[in-house]
Amino acid sequence: MSDAAAHEFQFSSAEHQRETAISGIWLFLATEALFFGPIFLAWIYARLADPSAFDAGGRQTELTIGVTNTALLIASSFAYSIGLACIEFGSRRGMVLWLLIAWALGAAFIGLKFGVEWRMDLEKGLFPGANFSIHGPSRSGAQLFFAFYFFSTALHGLHLLVGLALLAWIISKARQFTAERHNSVRVVGLYWTFIDIIWLILFPLIYLIGRAS
Amino acid sequence: MTHSAAHVSYLEDGHTLRSWLLTTDHKRIAILYLVAITFFFFAGGFAAFLMRYNLISSHGLLGSAETYNRLFSMHGILMVWFFLVPAVPVTLGNFLTPLMLGARDLAFPRLNLLSWYLFMVAGFVALYAVVAGGVDTGWTFYTPLTSLYSKGHVVAAIIAIFIAGFSSIATGLNFIVTIHKLRAPGMGWYKMPVFLWSLYATSVILVLATPVLAMTLLLLAFERIFGIGVFDPAIGGDPLLFQHLFWFYSHPAVYVMILPGFGVISEIVPAFSRKELFGYKFIVWASIAIAVIGFLVWGHHMFVAGTSLFSAIVFSLLSYMVAVPSAIKVFNWVGTMHKGYIHFDSPMLYAIGFIGLFTTGGLTGLFVAALAADVHLTQTYFVVAHFHYVMVGGMVSAYFAGLHFWWPKITGRLYPEMWGRAGAITIFVGFNLTFFPQFVLGYLGMPRRYFAYPAHFEPLNLLSSAGAVVLAIGYLLPLGYLTWSLLYGERASANPWGATGLEWTTPSPPPTENFAVTPIVTQAPYQYEQPEAVIHE
Repeated sequence: MSDAAAHEFQFSSAEHQRETAISGIWLFLATEALFFGPIFLAWIYARLADPSAFDAGGRQTELTIGVTNTALLIASSFAYSIGLACIEFGSRRGMVLWLLIAWALGAAFIGLKFGVEWRMDLEKGLFPGANFSIHGPSRSGAQLFFAFYFFSTALHGLHLLVGLALLAWIISKARQFTAERHNSVRVVGLYWTFIDIIWLILFPLIYLIGRAS
Repeated sequence: MTHSAAHVSYLEDGHTLRSWLLTTDHKRIAILYLVAITFFFFAGGFAAFLMRYNLISSHGLLGSAETYNRLFSMHGILMVWFFLVPAVPVTLGNFLTPLMLGARDLAFPRLNLLSWYLFMVAGFVALYAVVAGGVDTGWTFYTPLTSLYSKGHVVAAIIAIFIAGFSSIATGLNFIVTIHKLRAPGMGWYKMPVFLWSLYATSVILVLATPVLAMTLLLLAFERIFGIGVFDPAIGGDPLLFQHLFWFYSHPAVYVMILPGFGVISEIVPAFSRKELFGYKFIVWASIAIAVIGFLVWGHHMFVAGTSLFSAIVFSLLSYMVAVPSAIKVFNWVGTMHKGYIHFDSPMLYAIGFIGLFTTGGLTGLFVAALAADVHLTQTYFVVAHFHYVMVGGMVSAYFAGLHFWWPKITGRLYPEMWGRAGAITIFVGFNLTFFPQFVLGYLGMPRRYFAYPAHFEPLNLLSSAGAVVLAIGYLLPLGYLTWSLLYGERASANPWGATGLEWTTPSPPPTENFAVTPIVTQAPYQYEQPEAVIHE
């Protein structure tokens, strides 16, 4: 049974299974990139049509929280990479410790984003609709900006929640991983870093472009 | 599993409902899909049948334009996302990919099962949308009708398609990784059957295009729920953007529907001509070319939507280019049959029907890809006839061809051959009777999606509706005799057609682990030999 457990029956070896899983996650990330693609495309396209209104919307965002959150996410991925390096050297305790740090940083992002920033946005009347607080010629374009803002941050947040669940899963079965066998840690790590990359595109779209002009 | 049970057929390996619903065996999942797909095919077909009933009279026999709108929307949504897109990949593709590769299963068997569950959830949500009152937007969901004005159950329909999309992505991802990583020893890329190449090209489109549709539909749902959004011109959004994003998926999706059909035909034509497939590498690279160029032609759906003349000319030109690899395939199949020793068994009858109908559908596609002609023909029955020749005449024929070809392998039973041939011929006749008059109707100017029409179009519409009855009988025949064969059909040998390919080297039905010993591939595919008499003729 121990031999059979080493790899599933459609693979010729554990190494074969490992390579296949890595190909699978890369391809999955390609589909994720295309999933987010239309938002970025539509966002940039809509901004081109009415840049000043978009920028008026962009200036109402919370830059401090945005910067803090960016730092949190990058630090979280950094922590995850150290955790991965730990298990590669056979240190299971090191991995668990660093993954817990990565998890906490990710959770802090969620808390700041939705517990603090979204509440401030909603209190300022930035949700598009009849009660939208920006008036004048920029009103309609700024609403479009905030439609993008709420839609894309919600979707990104959802991906982060899935990531947090996956991290918790990895931590909970840490005992199974060794220096030789830690495929899932690598696969989840690729996903976790990918969420950062999505954020690194959202960050300038939300916080920076409006303030630059 | 112990090794003494190694040769149990996959059908005998567990008889409980649980052993089916929790299976990770690609062959069983294919069967689960087959049942679901068959249901949706007949549900969508029934809607079409009611539409043809309505159009018998120029006043519309259903008496309600609203009902008619909901019927054609239901027909389109069910047929596109719950039959045409998944049909061949999830049934024949699931069953055959590991067998043709000499593998034991797909790379990710649990993901494969998950994709079936996603598909079923999507199917139930779609049925809910239908039962709750349906949608009246057509399958294309154009904004701002869908986002702001339509009163149907648009959000439910969108959620159904969204979920079905993830089922497609999971399937496509599984096939790509499997074909890369699980080929048997010696199975180089150019030793793979063309069916797998077609499936590979299909999967690439599924994986790259479906996420775009998923996001587009999410944006649409957001706009409908909150009354404000990306496609709303009142706040600077753009309805044309929706059309671009929608067709960026939905045109490549046309190739998702037809490419697996090309693969099926490329297996059947050599087998029943007893000849090597003519121009293997051309067929292979034509599939890849179609997948690539297919991504660059979406704008031809928008010639009259207000796009620039420049973009229209470019998209028209690119649309012509996609005809080249399609034509290469047709020539190669005909070249394979040339001087072949042709057997007119049921799969071959369907395949020959496919070649004729697909060619008709493809060539009429060039009419609508021409800018000036399209202005006259767009939104008419000419377009309806064109894509039904490709989708129904082409794709459904290919699906039936494949189903008949691999039925003995899948079920271990033979169906009555005479009934098979009768079915193939009935479908061919019924199809042409239904859709050929629509070319004429469209050319004369009858618009599509209308519930009533001017009285002088009545004779041709009557002809088309009469054809629909023949077609319906044609589709019910296989349902009858194939089901019959499950119980009473003769037992099939491992290779009843004398075909090449690894799937025919294992018993029918195959054992759970597919091959007792992992095969080693030394030959190119399609090494058929003609009888002596024919060679010396």
